[in-house]
Amino acid sequence: MPEPILVLDKLEKHFGGLAVTQQVSLDLRPGEIHALIGPNGAGKTTLIHLVSGTLRPDAGRVLLDGRDVTRLSLPQRARLGLARSFQITCVIPGFSALENVALALQAGDGSSFRFFRAAHHEARLNDAARATLDEVGLGARATIPAGALSHGERRQLELAVAIATQPRLLLLDEPLAGAGPEETERLIGLLQRLKARCPILLVEHDMQAVFALADRISVLNQGQLIVTGSAAQIQAHPEVQTAYLGEDEFA
Amino acid sequence: MTRLLRPSLLLPLLALAALAAAPFLGFGDRFALTLLSRAMILGMAAVSLSLLVGGAGLASLGHAAMMGIGAYVVAALDLAGITEGAIAFPAAILAAAAFAGITGLVALRTSGVYFIMITLAFGQMLFFTLSALSALGGDDGYTLYGRNTFLGADILTPRLSFHFICLGLLAASWGLCAMLSRSRFGRVLRAARETPLRVEALGFSPFPYRLLAYVIAGGIAGLAGALLANAMEFVSPAVASWPRSAELLFMVVLGGVAQLPGALVGALAFVLLEEGLAHVMSAWKLVFGPLLVLAVIFLPGGLTGGLPWRRRKQERRADA
Repeated sequence: MPEPILVLDKLEKHFGGLAVTQQVSLDLRPGEIHALIGPNGAGKTTLIHLVSGTLRPDAGRVLLDGRDVTRLSLPQRARLGLARSFQITCVIPGFSALENVALALQAGDGSSFRFFRAAHHEARLNDAARATLDEVGLGARATIPAGALSHGERRQLELAVAIATQPRLLLLDEPLAGAGPEETERLIGLLQRLKARCPILLVEHDMQAVFALADRISVLNQGQLIVTGSAAQIQAHPEVQTAYLGEDEFA
Repeated sequence: MTRLLRPSLLLPLLALAALAAAPFLGFGDRFALTLLSRAMILGMAAVSLSLLVGGAGLASLGHAAMMGIGAYVVAALDLAGITEGAIAFPAAILAAAAFAGITGLVALRTSGVYFIMITLAFGQMLFFTLSALSALGGDDGYTLYGRNTFLGADILTPRLSFHFICLGLLAASWGLCAMLSRSRFGRVLRAARETPLRVEALGFSPFPYRLLAYVIAGGIAGLAGALLANAMEFVSPAVASWPRSAELLFMVVLGGVAQLPGALVGALAFVLLEEGLAHVMSAWKLVFGPLLVLAVIFLPGGLTGGLPWRRRKQERRADA
C-alpha cells in the first residue's frame, strides 16, 4: 500500500466541556477521494480546521507526508502542499479570475518580495493561470472580477486557485454547497479529474455526490469516527443508518 | 492612451502639470509658492499613507508621527551644527522608517479599530516626547539655523528651486508607491486587504508584507517631514499631532481610497480649500467641515473615483 499523504492520529479537541473531536484517526492515500460525512454538529468543520491549521488540537498529531505539522499554522501548512477550499467561497472579489489564479501561482514561484515589475504583466504566471482556468472550464471568464462571477463559477475558481499551487492534497469543505444541479454535475466531473493530480479530503452534504465520488468514506458522529469504508460498506452499516442517514433517505 | 484619460490618472496628472506650470502662471509669489509647497509635502505623506490604507487596508491614525520624526531629525542635526542635506535627509528617512518598523511590529498584530487606536497611541507617545524635548524648544518648537544645503549647494532656499524639488519628490513618491502596489509584493498586500484568509490558505503570512509596507510608507513620510522642516525653517510638536494624522487620512479619503494618486489630488484640494476659505471668512471652519462631509457623501469614491452617476453606469455594466 502506498504511503498515506495525510494522517490524522488520535486527534482531540474540546471547547470547554464539549468534546467536539474525540480520538479521530484517519488517513488520505494518493489518488483517492476520501469523504467525510456526518450529521450537523458532528464535528466536521472542527476537523477541517484541525487539518488545515486554523485550530490546534488538544492532543493527537497531524502528519503531512510523514512530517508532524501539528504545531504549524495555516500558511506554513499551505507551503508544505495543503490546499483548501472553504465552506463560504473564499476568493478575492476585487481581483479578476485570472489574477486570483496568478496570485496562487505566485505563491509557489519563488519570493513574493519583488518590488519592481508589474505583477499583472508577468507572462509566465498569466499563461499558467490561463491554462489552469481552462482546466476548470473558466477560460472564457478570465478577465471578470471574481466578485461578479456566479456562485458556481466562484466554486470553480476556488478549485483552480487550489490546484494552481500544485498541492500534495486538497481539502474541500462542501464544494457543492449552494450549486445548482447543472453546476453540481460539472463540479463532480471536475473533482473526478482532479483526484488524479492529488488526493482529496472531501466534506460534503450531497450524499449522491459523495457516493458517486468517494473511494472511501468516513462517518463522524458526535465528535467520534464511527466507521471508515467504501460506499457500499457505509450504506450497509447499521450504526451509520441510525446515527446519520435515517430510514427515509434510503427508502 | 485611453488609460491616461481615466479620472483616476487624469486628475493627478493634471494636478502635477498644474503644479509644474503654476510658478509661471502668476502663482510665483512667495505666498503662493509657500502654500503650494506645503500642499505638495502633505501630498507626499498622504500618498504614502494611501499605500497603507488603499493598498494594505491599514488605516493608520499615527502617520503624522513619521513626519514628526523626519522633521525633528533635521532639527536635531541643525542643533548639532549639521546642515548637510545629504546627511539630514537620509537620516530623516531612516529614522522614520525605523520608528515605523518598531511600532509596526506591535501595531500590525492588531486590525480594524484596534489598529487605528494603537497607531494613534504611538503617535501621541511621540507627540508628548517631542513636547518634552527641552533642547529643541519643547512645546515652543525650534527655529532652524537655515535650510539644509546639499554638498554646499543651497538648492532648498531659492523658492522656485524648492518648488520643483518638492514637485519632483512628490512625483517620485507616487511613482514608487504605484510601482510597489503593482508588483508581486503589492499584489499580496492588496489580496490580504480583501481576503486575508485566502492569502493565508495560499501560504502567505500577511504580516511581513504589511510590516514592510508600513516601513516604506514611514520612510516616505519621514522625507516629507524633513522637507516640511525646511519649508517652515521651524519645527514644533504640532507636526506630529494627531489632528495632522487625521488630516492626512482625510486627504486620502477625499482623493479616493481606491486609487493611489487620489491622495495627491486630495491633499492639494484639502490645503487649497482650507487656505481659500480662511481667506474669505474668519469662521471658515464652519464651512470647511460641512463641505468635507458633503464630499464624502456625494463622492464616495473620492475626487478621482469618477462622478457618482458615471460610476453607477459602470457598476451596472460589470454586473451584466
